[in-house]
Amino acid sequence: MPQDREIAIEVQNAVKHYGTFTALKTISLSIRDNEFFTLLGPSGCGKTTLLRMIAGFEDVTEGAIYLYGDEIDRLPPHKRPVNTVFQNYALFPHMTVLENVGFGLEMLGKSKAEARARAGEVLEMVRLSQFAARKPSQLSGGQQQRVALARALAPRPKVLLLDEPLSALDLKLRKAMQVELKHLQRETGITFIFVTHDQAEALTMSDRIAVMSEGELQQLGEAREIYERPRNVFVADFIGDTNLMEVTVDKVEGSRAQCHLGGGHKLTCDSVDGIGPGAKVHMSLRPERLFLSADPVEAESLSGTVRETIYIGTDIATVVELEDGPQFTIRSSNSTRGNARVFEAGTPVAVNMEMGAARLLVD
Amino acid sequence: MAKPYDLRRYPGFFGITILCLVILYAPLAVVAVYSFNASPSITIWEGFSLRWYVDVFTGPESAKFKEAAWNSFIIAIAAATTATVIATLAATAVLRTGKFRLRTLSVGLISLPLMVPEIVTAVATLIFFNAIAFERGLMTILFAHITFCIPFAYMPISARMQGIEASYEQAAMDLYATKRQAFMRILMPLMMPGIVSGFILAFIISLDDFIITNFVKGAGVETLPTAIFGAVKQGIKPNIMAISTLLLAVSILMVAFSWLIGRRNQVEGR
Repeated sequence: MPQDREIAIEVQNAVKHYGTFTALKTISLSIRDNEFFTLLGPSGCGKTTLLRMIAGFEDVTEGAIYLYGDEIDRLPPHKRPVNTVFQNYALFPHMTVLENVGFGLEMLGKSKAEARARAGEVLEMVRLSQFAARKPSQLSGGQQQRVALARALAPRPKVLLLDEPLSALDLKLRKAMQVELKHLQRETGITFIFVTHDQAEALTMSDRIAVMSEGELQQLGEAREIYERPRNVFVADFIGDTNLMEVTVDKVEGSRAQCHLGGGHKLTCDSVDGIGPGAKVHMSLRPERLFLSADPVEAESLSGTVRETIYIGTDIATVVELEDGPQFTIRSSNSTRGNARVFEAGTPVAVNMEMGAARLLVD
Repeated sequence: MAKPYDLRRYPGFFGITILCLVILYAPLAVVAVYSFNASPSITIWEGFSLRWYVDVFTGPESAKFKEAAWNSFIIAIAAATTATVIATLAATAVLRTGKFRLRTLSVGLISLPLMVPEIVTAVATLIFFNAIAFERGLMTILFAHITFCIPFAYMPISARMQGIEASYEQAAMDLYATKRQAFMRILMPLMMPGIVSGFILAFIISLDDFIITNFVKGAGVETLPTAIFGAVKQGIKPNIMAISTLLLAVSILMVAFSWLIGRRNQVEGR
């Protein structure tokens, strides 16, 4: 089977049933060596199930999982050279921080001295050396998080699994930990598999993202690819904000498609395979790829009226209603350098879009 | 900070509380106080004395009481230990093997003896020993005690275990511990307060049991409760009060010990 040293984890046609409920419907994916890989999706999409199958806490109903070429899906958790950072950390409350971090090495049969030395080294890495003698309950949430990370890294796993490890932290700490995790991954060179339901977190941290929904893989690719070229309605809607609306295709020319919106407004979209004239499909338009002007600047500008202006801080969002048509949200950067003009509610405006901003999607 | 609907502000709250406390504790207080009475009377106070405690250990009935106390403690320790081991295994089986079809039934069967009237259990146990022709003596008491102690030991142990998330053991196994190592190194230490409480509860229940013991004990074999009952039938003497006070002290010490263990763990855990 796969012998490639470049592939850390290979999931082949993995299926998971719980009784009559299907948690995973035939998933196949390859996770590369030394990659920060994210499983992203809403709760119940099967991402945690897949992670737990790799860790060994759930058995595989059908299919196989390989770790650097070795089939591991029948091994018990303690025989798999992967470690997990749990969502609730699961730090052993009756042990000190140092004992927690050294536990894995001790179980691997290392001497107490060796386990302690390595635990100290990893604690240094997460900047917690001064807390080595404390009990986990004496640490803050962020510190506990780093202990959990240190504990999982100490035995030098081939792959590190992270099950929504940042979800219990407040926003500021979470952002700091995102950066720290990314650094740790580069420093250690260990493959990270990160589970999250937070799309912004996934975009920030990942080399590649697998978007999942209802037990199926929706799209796999780099952050930019997922965001800019979503493959279907689910991905476009789940990742970032978008204006998602139904259009009718009039004419297809190469990779471009002439379409019209409900109110008859015409626009040119990036097309996808298998769409022909007359098709009713969804179109995604990212709010930041639209801009407003008092008068139309292009032939394809859409005219409408400002309904609402929302101040976001970094950005300003403007909701525009087209004549007897749908509503668009437009985001512009709140910078003094730009020519972003704030339009009051009730003003007539033109909505302009960058070339290739509108994308057709399959359902 | 008096809240408008504070329960303590209802009329009669204070009176009812005092009444309940008096009914609960006045008899115990009377027994404890009169055990130090110098008089052989159980109602007239004639000054402080330890004579009845001395009587318990050296008086004419002391040999009988000593043997009964010895039996009681041996049985209580053996029964509580065995019941705690069985209850720990039962709780592990019920709570740590995932959902299985007969789980509710299992829990029901384990805890049902708590609801069965003790006299019924006593008669049934006696009939059972007779049916298998098991000679009545210390062993019959021990077996009966192990049986009825199991649900008492099970309750605190399973309550504690329910509070321990499965992720601790999973984390241990993820960190290369075998199932056995995860149980010994992680689950057992975390469960210790529950196990200690279970043991102490079982111990006190066993030490205190009268009805079942009285049915299944062999002729001439006495535990402390049956010996006390036998002595009381001859008339209540202050030495009974001294024994009762000693038993009460043992119970209080055990409960205090259990509470301290629980508290220490609360400070440490999470």
